[in-house]
Amino acid sequence: MKDKTTLIVESGDYDKIYSAFIIANGSLAMGMDVSMYFTFWGLNRLKKNKLDKGPLSKMNFLGLGKLFMKWKMKKANVRSLEEMLNDFVQLGGKIFACDMTMDILGIEKEDLREEIITDFCAVGTYIKEARESEITLYI
Amino acid sequence: MSKEIKVNCMGENCPVPLVETRKAINKAKEGDILVITGDHVSSKKEIPMAVEAMDLELISVKDIDDYWEIKIGV
Repeated sequence: MKDKTTLIVESGDYDKIYSAFIIANGSLAMGMDVSMYFTFWGLNRLKKNKLDKGPLSKMNFLGLGKLFMKWKMKKANVRSLEEMLNDFVQLGGKIFACDMTMDILGIEKEDLREEIITDFCAVGTYIKEARESEITLYI
Repeated sequence: MSKEIKVNCMGENCPVPLVETRKAINKAKEGDILVITGDHVSSKKEIPMAVEAMDLELISVKDIDDYWEIKIGV
């Protein structure tokens, strides 16, 4: 069995979504399987055109802080979140969407980018995946 | 026929050199050699870690001027 990394993405913050995808893509690049579980505020980032729309977790300053961060990241030639998502899918990563969050936040399947979502599921699927994982993180 | 495949990661930041190396490994055929170049400092030691984790052959790691070149046998 291949080693696996399983990530819970609960935060929808811009910087934390970056952390999640960097760890996910690093894992895939180093030969592991990866499952990402998007729940609560994280699930908002799987809505159409919302991937990079989260605020900074600190020093957002009504969006000004985020603009500054984006400028710094561009200068450092950091790949965009959309490109990171493409890399993730291309390298065979799996994305799961929490169905309870969809009920609570009133999110319909058609609001989400269904083409990149492997499955809609609950905690049991996460436990099944996590129990066979070397690395599990909650972001 | 094995061939040499160039992967240019000059100017790329974390985690792109690792990711582009992995994409190239997926596309390569057994016997091919990947020649990866870049200047992201940590990737110089992390690409060899990935090579080891995936049981591939690390042929060489070289510093050339202000960048590095890593050769991998697939």
